Amino acid sequence: MTTPVRSEAPAHTGSTTTRLLGVAVIVGLVALVLLGFFGAPADDEQADAVRLIFVHVPSAFLTYAAFTVTAVGSVMWLWKRSLWWDLVAHGSAEIGVVFCSLTLFTGSVWGRPTWNTYWDWGDVRLVTTLILLLLMVGYLAVRSMGGDDSAVATRSAIVALIAAVNLPIVNRSVEWWFDRTLHQKSSLTDGNLEDLTLFTMLLGVVVWSLFYVWAMIHRFRVGWLERELRFGDLDVAIAQRRAEARASGDGGGR
Amino acid sequence: MTHLGYLLVGWGASLGALGFYALRVMQRGRRAAGRVPPERRRWLAAEETS
Amino acid sequence: MWRDIVLVAGKDLRVEWRSRVTFSQVVPFAGLVLVLFGFALDANRPVLERATSGLFWITIMFVTTLAVQRSTSIETTDGARRALLLAGIEPMAVFAGKAAAVAVQLLAVELVLIGGIVVLYGAEIDAPLLVVATCLAATVGIAAAGTLLGALVAGVRARETVLPILLLPVLAPVLIGATRAFDDALGSVAVDGWAWLAMLAGFGVINLVLGALSYGVLLEET
Repeated sequence: MTTPVRSEAPAHTGSTTTRLLGVAVIVGLVALVLLGFFGAPADDEQADAVRLIFVHVPSAFLTYAAFTVTAVGSVMWLWKRSLWWDLVAHGSAEIGVVFCSLTLFTGSVWGRPTWNTYWDWGDVRLVTTLILLLLMVGYLAVRSMGGDDSAVATRSAIVALIAAVNLPIVNRSVEWWFDRTLHQKSSLTDGNLEDLTLFTMLLGVVVWSLFYVWAMIHRFRVGWLERELRFGDLDVAIAQRRAEARASGDGGGR
Repeated sequence: MTHLGYLLVGWGASLGALGFYALRVMQRGRRAAGRVPPERRRWLAAEETS
Repeated sequence: MWRDIVLVAGKDLRVEWRSRVTFSQVVPFAGLVLVLFGFALDANRPVLERATSGLFWITIMFVTTLAVQRSTSIETTDGARRALLLAGIEPMAVFAGKAAAVAVQLLAVELVLIGGIVVLYGAEIDAPLLVVATCLAATVGIAAAGTLLGALVAGVRARETVLPILLLPVLAPVLIGATRAFDDALGSVAVDGWAWLAMLAGFGVINLVLGALSYGVLLEET
């Protein structure tokens, strides 16, 4: 009885697109590990510690990309009031927090051998990224508090806007606070990187971006399904009751 | 290879976190999809037409 | 518009004045925090003097979360928010009025705390004008951001814990800026305090505008 239904609507959030993306991400990761550890040359100053660039820079790039998407999604929600944009903003923030934590973590791990410290309060990008993480954790906290769906969407959209508007001020203030930085100006433009190092770093950005798209599609569908669960219409509720009855009464654990 | 410990920690954390998040989001999807009636999983219907 | 702002601010301040909470609880709390910092830094005068401006503004951040929570709870009890909207007062005026009331309370606490750091931490005020200007500029920004986020978490479960998580990172530039400006005014670190004042003013203006624009959406929809 349930088998033909399942073949039409599988009980997971995968699809041909996500499976292709997933394969591409795995292949890309293998290539990234091989190139990162054995292809790219060691740095003159940093020796092999430079190989952390291949995970750190993509994470940082995707952090800011993901939160930009959240900010855009938030503005679009306030403007168009479309659920689609709200789900995009939420999903992107969640994935962004993962990337942001990774950026800070890999940065600390990289900083220890090269700057001789895990953390430096004078470094603008470091402190700004930490504040960004705190802001987005607050954003997710507001989202998780529940309430009427559109009220939550409006509230969190405004939180995202407050974060987006204030982040440049945080950046400025930290920059004035300590007029120095340990970061290289920009890894991309100062021309000190070997060609293969640069290529591997860009490959990292591509692989991380593919992962982001893959995760976004899944996360969007999860958001959609969970919303269906929370605010299903009456017929959905009835259908659920029927399904539960059919499942011989073991659905009582919900 | 120098700094191997740092490299393994940094790469390990990155791949581990991405992998963990991927598994978790798929698990969440499976759990939610199992409880939503098929006709309400609209993103699937939209995809089947393509 | 201006009349409505004064009306709302006056209402909030009157409620505060009659409950006496600011004076009987918030000000003693702020004093207590100053004393605790003194204990924590082991009565070490040089360390305390160098840290005075930072401790002052940290204390103000703590006080802010209390003041904003009280300001928000005035509106959430008995559906007073709806009543304000029904009374035909512009959301923008509600925002400005509530922010002004919070600012007045914070300034009162700051006045007491300045006395506190002079007496307890031995701070010497080299530039009184800079102190006053910093307090004004920082307080406007703090009150604006605080009032907006206060309204934002008004309808949320566990708002007492969510508010600090949201507010304190947003206030990070104020903490940095006001601390640096005080460092100059108290002569503890050689920096240009007036330059920091510009940043504080910028923060204030940006958050006032943001609050004025989004407060109405929040009042009506959440």
